[in-house]
Amino acid sequence: MKQTISMLSTAAAFVFATGAATAQISDDTVKIGVMNDQSGLYADITGPGSVLAARMAVEDFGGKVAGKSIEVLFADHQNKPDIGANVVRQWIDTQQVDAIADVPTSSVALAVQEITREKNRMFLMSGPASSDLTGKACSETGIHWTYDTYALANGTGKALVKQGGDSWFFLTADYAFGHALERDTSKFVQEGGGKVLGVVRHPLSTADFSSFLLQAQASKAKIIGLANAGGDTINSIKQASEFGIVAGGQRLAGLLVFINDVHALGLKTAQGLVISESFYWDLNDETRAFSKRFAEKNKGNMVPSMIQAGVYGAVSHYLKAVQAAGTDEAKAVAKKMKELPINDFMTKNGSIREDGRVLRDMHLLQVKKPEESKYKYDYYKVLTTVPGTEAFRPLAQGGCPLVKS
Amino acid sequence: MFELLGIPPQALFGQLLLGLINGAFYAMLSLGLAVIFGLLNVINFTHGAQYMMGAFVAWFGLQFLGINYWVALIVSPIVVAISGVILEQLFLKRLYHLDHLYGLLLTFGFVLIFEGMFRYGFGSSGQPYENPLPGGVNLGFMFLPWYRGWVVVASLIICLATWFIIEKTKLGAYLRAGTENPTLVRAFGINVPRMITLTYAFGVGLAAFAGVMAAPIYQVNPTMGSNLIIVVFAVVVIGGMGSIMGSIVTGFGLGVIEGLTKVFYPQASATVIFVIMTIVLLVRPAGLFGTQR
Repeated sequence: MKQTISMLSTAAAFVFATGAATAQISDDTVKIGVMNDQSGLYADITGPGSVLAARMAVEDFGGKVAGKSIEVLFADHQNKPDIGANVVRQWIDTQQVDAIADVPTSSVALAVQEITREKNRMFLMSGPASSDLTGKACSETGIHWTYDTYALANGTGKALVKQGGDSWFFLTADYAFGHALERDTSKFVQEGGGKVLGVVRHPLSTADFSSFLLQAQASKAKIIGLANAGGDTINSIKQASEFGIVAGGQRLAGLLVFINDVHALGLKTAQGLVISESFYWDLNDETRAFSKRFAEKNKGNMVPSMIQAGVYGAVSHYLKAVQAAGTDEAKAVAKKMKELPINDFMTKNGSIREDGRVLRDMHLLQVKKPEESKYKYDYYKVLTTVPGTEAFRPLAQGGCPLVKS
Repeated sequence: MFELLGIPPQALFGQLLLGLINGAFYAMLSLGLAVIFGLLNVINFTHGAQYMMGAFVAWFGLQFLGINYWVALIVSPIVVAISGVILEQLFLKRLYHLDHLYGLLLTFGFVLIFEGMFRYGFGSSGQPYENPLPGGVNLGFMFLPWYRGWVVVASLIICLATWFIIEKTKLGAYLRAGTENPTLVRAFGINVPRMITLTYAFGVGLAAFAGVMAAPIYQVNPTMGSNLIIVVFAVVVIGGMGSIMGSIVTGFGLGVIEGLTKVFYPQASATVIFVIMTIVLLVRPAGLFGTQR
């Protein structure tokens, strides 16, 4: 009997040993596919800039991981879940892509989350916002890197309620992201004793917001919450100023505003907006150094958005984990990523929770007045910095099936 | 106070007016398309890109050359029309005797090229353009920005003037005759090819004019045309391909219908026009104002 057990354990040890020996880099290349909006309303905040950030991360890592080469691919999903899902399936099935990165537009990201879970590939999310990606749709191999709708609501939403904004009207982009942002913000409004007076849901990529703005104006809500992003937010803010909404005493809450949007609007229109971001290029020497390097390679013009900075961080951390694990098998890499602390120019002592949520600091910022801006891209004042442990939704409230209660 | 279908009448008036403003853009763009299709038999897919170029020329003028909005309103359509002449002379001219599809494919290819170039140069977030008529007036039921009021008035004048020239003047008669029977019209000593080139330039100029009008309202953005052009094509199809009055009336009409959809069921506001298009095509395949050829 004793002999049998020892034989079995030897056999087991042998299996484990060979297992470890065969667990290595598949097809001798680590392939990272950056997929996002290359040409539409989210192209400036993600797009080619995110591809550049991923390439910079690879370059800074030395171009090789565990002795094998690294390749960065990219594709345009046009903000359509069906196109995104097709690209990712093709990447995985015919090109042996090991990790998918960025993927803004929550509806596309939710589709990709399902595929990467089923096919056991890493999913490094920087672009999408919906907090459902670490909630009911969480995945063992999905890491939500840069921000989410809960953190945005917790930052901007809560701050405005505190300043007396106790009645809200939402302009919501009619898809997964907008709905999640509206839901998460409403929660903070109601908890702060405020009321949501109404909601109007507009199709993604709408040009004319006048009709929706008129409805918001008629609601007499103190705050008009913009649960949209990119070009939609820019047009909402621009047209709100045309219709004299802010002059009439109502306040706009841009729940997801990027530095590229502020740049496109100009400070004259954007001044005073309170926004939440996890990255601002002008925070300290490290962020300035990275942003300068990025801008030089990015046709010399724009500083990175938080999504693009996040792609750099996520890809770097992924490569570190592949190196440490000695394999590109997704579950092993995900485990390593969660063990290793995150430290780069953007994230200090960040960590990854079991639901895939990266805990990082979020900054509450305010857009400067034109006369306060002293140099190019000098757009924000930092109001406060919320530590990662407070900024994001508590683990137990997300409803992620991976979390054992 | 009585309510109509659940919303107060003031709100309804406001939405009707806004619909009319958006309809003004549909009308101006579909008018140019109708002129080009009616007289050249070309489905000009570049129309959206030319609208975008109109806005960009205005932005460029303001930013770098100090050309203000009112001057740009005249200069920008001329600049874009010249680019249209070049396009017509070099490429489109060779396709008149072929099927519509060739012209459609060629012009669609140019859309991709133009948009790609502007996106590469200026990014996708767009550029801000100062509103030349800030402020507005409170009409009681809504706040009407001066600029939007100006858009409706200007586009109505342009649309009616175009209709008048083509349908009621001698020049218009030549144009119409030139498309019906070019050989015969040439026999009367009229330079038909030049007339066709100038017609194309005029249609393109109309698109650029609409682009300048749009610049202060929307962001000046490389994709601003492609967002709009699909709707505008639907407007042209509903109105009847090539019908001038049809495109004006349907342009304004569909703007109003879309505006009302934004109140009653905003989620459908991007699709309502296509639903109408489907119904119209089933009932009247030539469009509301079109005649079967």
